[in-house]
Amino acid sequence: MTDLVRITLPAGVEAFSGLVAGDEVLLSGPVYTARDATHARISEELERSGELPFGLKGKVLFYAGPTPAAAGRPVGSVGPTTAKRMDAFTPALLEAGIVATIGKGARSAGVRDACVRTGAVYLAAVGGSAALLATHVRSVEPVAWDDLGTEALVRMELDDFPVFVAIDASGADLYATAPAMWRRTEGE
Amino acid sequence: MADARAIASAVSEAIGVAATSLRPDVLASMRAAAEVEPSARGRSVLAQLIKNAEIAETDHVPLCQDTGTVWVRVEIGVEEHLGELLQPVIDAAVREAYRAHALRMSVVRDGLFDRTNTGDNTPAFIELVTRPGIGATVHVMLKGGGSDNSSALTMLDPSAGIEGVKEFVLRTVVEKATGACPPLVVGVGVGSTFDKVAGLAKRALLVPLGSDSPGETGVLERELLDLVNGTGIGPAGLGGRTTALGVKVLTAPCHIAALPVAVNMGCSAVRTATVEVV
Repeated sequence: MTDLVRITLPAGVEAFSGLVAGDEVLLSGPVYTARDATHARISEELERSGELPFGLKGKVLFYAGPTPAAAGRPVGSVGPTTAKRMDAFTPALLEAGIVATIGKGARSAGVRDACVRTGAVYLAAVGGSAALLATHVRSVEPVAWDDLGTEALVRMELDDFPVFVAIDASGADLYATAPAMWRRTEGE
Repeated sequence: MADARAIASAVSEAIGVAATSLRPDVLASMRAAAEVEPSARGRSVLAQLIKNAEIAETDHVPLCQDTGTVWVRVEIGVEEHLGELLQPVIDAAVREAYRAHALRMSVVRDGLFDRTNTGDNTPAFIELVTRPGIGATVHVMLKGGGSDNSSALTMLDPSAGIEGVKEFVLRTVVEKATGACPPLVVGVGVGSTFDKVAGLAKRALLVPLGSDSPGETGVLERELLDLVNGTGIGPAGLGGRTTALGVKVLTAPCHIAALPVAVNMGCSAVRTATVEVV
């Protein structure tokens, strides 16, 4: 594991090219929250117009549905949701210009391959640490689809938001490799 | 008097506690695990989760943004009188508690035909059983989507025995743990019927960590915990030894031809609270 890396968004895929699966990264700058229903809508727009809507090209998607504002913060709690539910949509979104995604849990080979093709990365935030993660959110601004409630597309300004590189641009996958290092074998 | 109103008020109280306070037994297990976790990344994740619990408690914000479905189990004394339908009274309590504590609304109207958000996190998912005497015990669980999605049920042949149960629990963890927010609390149900075994696994998540269940159950729990923590999945699924903080097993009678097994995953922020109504 290398030392902490700081990345400021928005940034092109070049900003992620030196990262290796397992690196710990602090992210600052804008990301866009999108989960199940949001992905269906972004993908509809992409199919219809051939482009990502709302200037999402070159941006980072955060798979999250926050709780309402509380404790003087723009969101009460916010953390990653399970990324694999978005896997069916992700390769097309990466091809269209999304540079990184933030979620939790292992993903499909299709997503890994799309990371290799596009130079995008998949970043894992710690599930269940949403009260802490919310302290790294500076502001939120609704972008679209208010009717989706917590699933609306929201621009979220991060400040040293902690993540781990789960899939790097070479396709190395921490979820696939990390357990083997700590697996207990027979007789141990 | 444990009537429907008093039970609903207990549900409301339990929601506020469970959403923002990590169970003391879970926090203690997490602290103990952080002392012995060999993976540096795993220790970093555990430290983040412990700090998260402190922030949630101090600022009264949810431990996790997925504040779940509301599962309620009421064990009511037979001498009590509910007086009203339980569902609407508990739903009213859920509606009010979710607004008051600024929790997330995470329930849709229908699984298949109408996935619009109900907007108030109702309905609650309620089970009601009777017990001798007076009063009521009200168990509440706020169940996250990621951990419930990572759960599984199987109907084994009785010949599969304890080894078959262990193999199924381990396979479920290996296949599904990374989406369930480890370190996990693994609830296992064995026996009863197809529909009831899932309920046993869910109720197993209410059992406090840190002390062994009696007899053969305790032995099985320790063996399962050892197997689960030998997978290497680790905290947040990013590698390490602390894949689970505990495994709890509940068993029941069943058909001569059956060996039902269910695994209900509890996440690192397993949220349950129990309130006694007298």
